[in-house]
Amino acid sequence: MLHQVLFIIFGLICVAGAVNLLIQRHPINSALSLVVVMGALSLIYLLLGAEFVAAVQIIVYAGAVMVLFVFVIMLLNAGAEERSRGSHVALWLGGPGVAVLTGLIVYLMVEHSSKFHDVTIGNLADFGDNTHAVANLLFKDFLLPFEITSILILIAIMGAVVLARREG
Amino acid sequence: MTVFLIAAVIKIVLVVFLLLTGVAYMTWLERKVVGHIQNRWGPTRVGPFGLLQPLADGIKFILKEDMIPDSVHKGLYVLAPALALTMSLISIAVIPFGENINVAGTETPLQITGVAQAVGHPTDINIGLLIILGVTSIGVYGVALAGWSSNSKYALLGSLRASAQMISYELALGLSLIGVMILAGSFSLRHIVDEQSGTWLPFVPHWYIFPQFIAFFIYLMAAFAETNRIPFDLPEAETELVAGYHTEYSSMKFAMFFMAEYVNMITVGCLATLLFFGGWHGPLFGPPLLQSLLPIFWFSAKIFVFMFLYIWIRGTLPRFRYDQLMAFGWKFLLPLAIANIIVTSLIVALKA
Repeated sequence: MLHQVLFIIFGLICVAGAVNLLIQRHPINSALSLVVVMGALSLIYLLLGAEFVAAVQIIVYAGAVMVLFVFVIMLLNAGAEERSRGSHVALWLGGPGVAVLTGLIVYLMVEHSSKFHDVTIGNLADFGDNTHAVANLLFKDFLLPFEITSILILIAIMGAVVLARREG
Repeated sequence: MTVFLIAAVIKIVLVVFLLLTGVAYMTWLERKVVGHIQNRWGPTRVGPFGLLQPLADGIKFILKEDMIPDSVHKGLYVLAPALALTMSLISIAVIPFGENINVAGTETPLQITGVAQAVGHPTDINIGLLIILGVTSIGVYGVALAGWSSNSKYALLGSLRASAQMISYELALGLSLIGVMILAGSFSLRHIVDEQSGTWLPFVPHWYIFPQFIAFFIYLMAAFAETNRIPFDLPEAETELVAGYHTEYSSMKFAMFFMAEYVNMITVGCLATLLFFGGWHGPLFGPPLLQSLLPIFWFSAKIFVFMFLYIWIRGTLPRFRYDQLMAFGWKFLLPLAIANIIVTSLIVALKA
């Protein structure tokens, strides 16, 4: 019961943060809203019994990626944005698009709900130590895809460095 | 359930009270020791040996006018010090201070987030170390937002330096702890401490400082940078930046940054003690009461050594230049930490 209530609270915070991210005109407020979304997401992971993913979410996204966002916004001294009201495409496609996407997600969730039976909110004891489970998946079962992804990221970083060098 | 809640509230109040008292007397100790290093007396006027000086400082901070400059970004300006202090205080919640104690028939572990079990050892949260790292990385926002929302060039420069420095050294800090994690096989701080109980020969304790001394020195240097202390205190280099990110803050808001910095230092000391120096383990002797108090004494004594080291280094070393700081972090500490991980994991793999 308590877990359900917590889940709803954090879910609402998450959605409110995401909406606020879009509404705010100043980039730093938007970035901070995104941090709130990340924090709420990590608490939801925690409720699902995925404590390692929750901690990594905080450390990587809220603690590193978003700090860099804020850092860049501070460095560029970005001011408040103008609110545009010109785009008709957004006006006519936005609402129906959101409705279709939401409907699709809800449909898939209901259709495949039988596959989710072992994922319940607050069922923490079932999972045991999921740090070991994640490590086994990454470094045993899916070692090759994991290493290839690492190399891909490394190449992306090198590309970024090369592009930045050319400017200076 | 009720007993658990009451015990938890008592522990929280007690730990926060002790922590903030520790912070207050840390400032006294710092002024005293640095004074003696520089051939001065330090505070002497308020109370015997100036012992009431922290109290006087506290009263002064509360009574001073709390100014909010005109063109600051108000919301974030108020939020920043609160964020910094909150994040530094949260991490104390997962730090274990000792084994179970029995108060009036209730078993409770000496840790805010620990749970006493009916049989055997108490257990604690199994991602304790990650929580501390995560909370520390959120604390960067306090510093970054303080500088940005102040709308002042010195504050902005200070906070840019601080966030760049903290992100850079967080990598070396995190990587230096992985060696310990590999040896202990867990993120649970209590488990890591339990792994270090006992001795090799009759006198050499099982502390991780011995197999992981490179990791320890990387951790120590990265931790100094994380807490913005000399020789890495460029974010508040007073000769260049007035006071860095908290230039525009006055009264209690300034005090909150100050307290956050000292709480972070104590957390770093706790973490070093837990990960490398066996936590509360030490020689036990004497009557039962003394035996139950000795672990807490050992733990506090080890933290005190770290606090003294902080002050000692502050009184001894000059400040780095900014490019030296970045080069040191990225080109020396980071590769060394990675090499340490590779060697440690190789040895563990070959032994297994």
